[in-house]
Amino acid sequence: MSTAPRHLSYHFKGYDEACLAFGDASATRRILIVPPLFDEMNRVRAVLVGTMRALAEFSVMTLLPDLPGCNESLATISAQTIDSWQRAMAAAADQLTATHVVTIRGGALVATGIALPLWRLAPVKGASLLKTMLRTRMASDKEAGRATTLESLMADAQNGPVDLSGYHLGATMLAGLEAASPANNAFDVTLGESPDQLPGKPLWLRAEPQEDADMSAALAAALDRWSASCGR
Amino acid sequence: MSNKVDSIIRLILSDMLGLSPLQVSQMDETTELFGAIPELDSMAVAGLLTEMEDRLDIMIDDDDVDGELFATFGNLVAFAKAKVDG
Repeated sequence: MSTAPRHLSYHFKGYDEACLAFGDASATRRILIVPPLFDEMNRVRAVLVGTMRALAEFSVMTLLPDLPGCNESLATISAQTIDSWQRAMAAAADQLTATHVVTIRGGALVATGIALPLWRLAPVKGASLLKTMLRTRMASDKEAGRATTLESLMADAQNGPVDLSGYHLGATMLAGLEAASPANNAFDVTLGESPDQLPGKPLWLRAEPQEDADMSAALAAALDRWSASCGR
Repeated sequence: MSNKVDSIIRLILSDMLGLSPLQVSQMDETTELFGAIPELDSMAVAGLLTEMEDRLDIMIDDDDVDGELFATFGNLVAFAKAKVDG
C-alpha cells in the first residue's frame, strides 16, 4: 500500500486544476475532500494531508482538489464566485470518480448538489467567514492609518475586487459568501469530547498553520467508519 | 447564563489562541489580555469577535470595539454578558 502523494487534476473552465491524491487508484472508496475556504484552508492543510495518508492505510483513496484561483491554480481568483466553486467541485467529483464527499468548514458552502454521501466537519456560514476577513482587513487598514468599515469595504467591492486575507475577491464572491449557509445534512460533525463528536481543536481559527497527528488520526478513523457504512 | 458566557469566552480564547486549558482556567477579572498575551493581536481580535457572535448568538457593532474591550478578561466577559442580556 503506497502512501506517497500523487498529483492528479480535473478540468474546469479551460484550466487543469491540481488535485492532491493519496491511496490506490483501484480503491472502491474514493473520498473527495473539499477544503475550508481562503486562509482557513492553509491552516488545516497539514492536518488534512495527515488524514489522507492515514486513510490510504485503510485502503481509502482521498482527493484534495484546489479550488480555482487558489494554490497552484492558474484561474483568476477575482473571477471566482461561490457558484463557480460549486460547479468546480461537482466537476472534480465527477471527473475523479469520487464515491463520497467530505467538507471542512466553508467547504460545505461549495460542495452542494453533488449526488454522493456527504460528511461535514464544523460547517460554517459564509457570512461568518466574510465578517472575519473584513474585520481582519479593517484591523490592517487601521494600522496603516486608513479608516475602513464593513460597509465601506463592501461598497468598494462594487468598483472592483478587494483584498481580503490575501485573496483578491470580486463583488459577486462577497455577495455569494454573505448569503451562503450550509444546508441541512445528516452527517454533520462538530469538534468536542462526546462520542458523536471529533476530538481536536479548531486549528482553522489559529494564526498559523499547525499539525496535529492525533486529530489527523481521529479524522481518518471517523471517515473510514462513515465511508464504509454508506455509498458504494 | 452568566457562568456560561464566562466559560464560552474561555473556550474561545483557548481555541483561537492555542492557550492551554490551565492558562485560560486561571484567568480572572483582572487578567490582562491585549498587550499581555502575545497571541492576541489585532488580527486575532477580528476572528475572536466573529466567534463570540456565532457562539453567543449576539451581534457586535464594530464601532463598540475599542482597546478597553480587550484590556482585561473581566472587560471582555462584561461586554459579552451585556450583549447576551441586551
